[in-house]
Amino acid sequence: MPGSEGKRSPIVVAPPRQAPGLPGIWATALATLAVLAMLATLLVIVVVNAVSWFWPARIHELRLADGTVLVGELAGREEMPASPNTGEVEHRVRLKVGNREVTESDFVWVPESAIVSMTEPADLVRVVRSEYGDAFGRIVRAVDGSGMPLDLGGPSALDRLLEDGAGMRRERRRLEHQLEKTRRPLTRLEERLDLVERSDRASTPEGQAEIDELRQRTGRLATELAPRLDAVQARLDETAGRLHRATLLLAAGEQPLEIPLGNVIELVWSNRLGLLARVWHTLWQGVLFLATEPREANTEGGIFPALFGTVLLVLLMSLAVVPLGVITAVYMTEYARRGVMLRLAHQAVNNLAGVPSIVFGMFGLAFFLYGVGGVVDRAFFADRLPTPTFGTGGVLWASLTLALLTVPVVVVATREGLLAVPRSWREGSLALGATKWQTMRRIVLPAAMPGILTGLILAVSRAAGEVAPLMLTGAAKMAPSLPVDGMPPFLHLQRKFMHLGFHIYDVSMQSPNVEAAKPMAFATTLVLLALVVLMNLTAIVVRRRLRRAYRGQVV
Amino acid sequence: MSDRPVALSTEGLHLYYGETHALKGITLELPEHQISALIGPSGCGKSTYLRCFNRMNDVIDGVRIEGRVLVEGEDVNRENVDLEQIRKRVGMVFQKSNPFPMSILDNVSFGPRMSGIRGRDRLDEIVERSLRQADLWVEVKDRLAGSALDLSGGQQQRLCIARALANEPDILLLDEPASALDPISTAKIEETLLQLKARYTIVIVTHNLQQAARVADLTAFFMLGELVEFSDTTTMFTKPAQRLTEEYITGRFG
Repeated sequence: MPGSEGKRSPIVVAPPRQAPGLPGIWATALATLAVLAMLATLLVIVVVNAVSWFWPARIHELRLADGTVLVGELAGREEMPASPNTGEVEHRVRLKVGNREVTESDFVWVPESAIVSMTEPADLVRVVRSEYGDAFGRIVRAVDGSGMPLDLGGPSALDRLLEDGAGMRRERRRLEHQLEKTRRPLTRLEERLDLVERSDRASTPEGQAEIDELRQRTGRLATELAPRLDAVQARLDETAGRLHRATLLLAAGEQPLEIPLGNVIELVWSNRLGLLARVWHTLWQGVLFLATEPREANTEGGIFPALFGTVLLVLLMSLAVVPLGVITAVYMTEYARRGVMLRLAHQAVNNLAGVPSIVFGMFGLAFFLYGVGGVVDRAFFADRLPTPTFGTGGVLWASLTLALLTVPVVVVATREGLLAVPRSWREGSLALGATKWQTMRRIVLPAAMPGILTGLILAVSRAAGEVAPLMLTGAAKMAPSLPVDGMPPFLHLQRKFMHLGFHIYDVSMQSPNVEAAKPMAFATTLVLLALVVLMNLTAIVVRRRLRRAYRGQVV
Repeated sequence: MSDRPVALSTEGLHLYYGETHALKGITLELPEHQISALIGPSGCGKSTYLRCFNRMNDVIDGVRIEGRVLVEGEDVNRENVDLEQIRKRVGMVFQKSNPFPMSILDNVSFGPRMSGIRGRDRLDEIVERSLRQADLWVEVKDRLAGSALDLSGGQQQRLCIARALANEPDILLLDEPASALDPISTAKIEETLLQLKARYTIVIVTHNLQQAARVADLTAFFMLGELVEFSDTTTMFTKPAQRLTEEYITGRFG
């Protein structure tokens, strides 16, 4: 046997090694995990904060070492700066005490060391009010509309009082509306008089004659309407008086608080509620939040006008962007001659998608508001100038600005859709004697519909969350009336509108009472998020149905 | 060859795709109520030639034509010609069946609807007649509202034939209509074509020499953009005049 055989190297030389690139794979997985975790955190933060706005918190009664009694909801706990002498760590709690007209602010900080006892008596109540925010305390006295004190022994007396209050508030609203409606002809006449007086005509003899005539008519109408107006006013005064005479006296700590019934929206006996009642209360509050108007400079109440404004804005935007984007894409894909110009046009459209949205806001301001709006005002609303009608921010200009902002998305998606329509369908249609336009309308566009819808989905997702351009083109902190109402022509496109995105900014940054309104900002965020998801889902479902019609084909 | 009137003819037809010279002076007369087959190796220009008669080459960029293309004696390339009218008179069935993503009924009535024919009864009548002619009526009469995409490959191709027939054309062009089908579906299509011969002039492009032998009255052999030989099918397959033809049909190339 030759000895060289023993020197042959064994096949297995190296110790088992890790598969190459394994740490790299871990890194990608970790990155994915991090992204998912951030998304989950975002959702959890928004949902938790939002729900806490509706969840009826327990009402605590705190007795402090110095004899003070505080009533309110616990709203946080934090470490106090360590005392330099002892180095001991102390905590303090934040209590929402409400009762804004007698306390300086809604919240107080209490060091835990100062608390002697903390109880949750069942007779504590949170009074949801239409003014001055929430009030906390126990009801010690109640007076009805005729000034008679109520027997507080049974709870039904209070319930009845609240029901009466709600009825009277409805009556007050109705009477106010009736008053305004009765007075409307007079108001119109006064507006006309005002316009003539401020116009250049006022100095001419004819103008003077017109003014005199209008003044006389105004006077006559005022005399004519006076009895009816007085009657309504009297009933209104009576209802208001009853609403004011009826009061709840609330004892909260040392300071009693008298609340007129007219301000009371709801009594929440949080400490008496069981779990089911709490859940029910939370859901009901959520519904109210969506369906009612904001109060107290947007820090209380609901967000209905903002929700309505956002949906209307997106709808109008869709109505504008789909035809514009689809027609552009059809021309560029099907009819335009290929060449430098077309390539430039494609580049321009693509780059348009990358322009910061505030730039579109500035464009909307300059072009739609001042430009088009100015022309429309001079042409059709000259009698109201210098007060602008269309020459100022409004839902129409805002939606057109958004349409311009999102049109590249629709153009690109439609183009993809058109290019994906099988050539054999086009040829088949042409070979049957259909014209190019018929082929376009009957075969190509229907087959490209999933692509068009994809474009619309992307456009809506982007538009629903845009805030910056809206600030310049018509979003308002508080719009006095919705853009849609019962007055002809029913759709008032020139009106300013409220918007969820702008509302979030306004509530969390521009609010007079940021601390109290913060949970509301989260609740609004949740609604905006849900709205965008809902609109996307709708479009996705529609698209899937369409795709099913074209099964087996690449579209 | 045939003493029947001429339905389709070309005179000195040259066709260019940009710089490519695809058809090199084709002169040919195809008689009516006959099945003419165009055979030849891939890329010989037979499909391109077929598409000249209903001007389907228009949809391709950079195509240039010289010479004359006559359909029933009329030049289809002259100015002011009604292109849609030509395509209705000269129906076409493509290699890959291309039913539209709509119901069977809507597919067949597409052509008539595009030329402005309205009225349910009228359209139903056209649909039934066309489907019967294409030998598909019995199979689909109970599912006319169903999607055409649910039909089998052979049924889809016969639907495309019915769709072309709904326009009441004089001429039917078929571009390798059975190349993607199984033998049974192919036989069915061939049978349909033989039935249709009595009413229509049929031109079929095929790769399948047996198919040409089975269905065609006349056969034209193309190669590299030139017409090598044109005669009645029996002559072509038994006593070809050209050496090239003989080599092709005996399978020495192609």
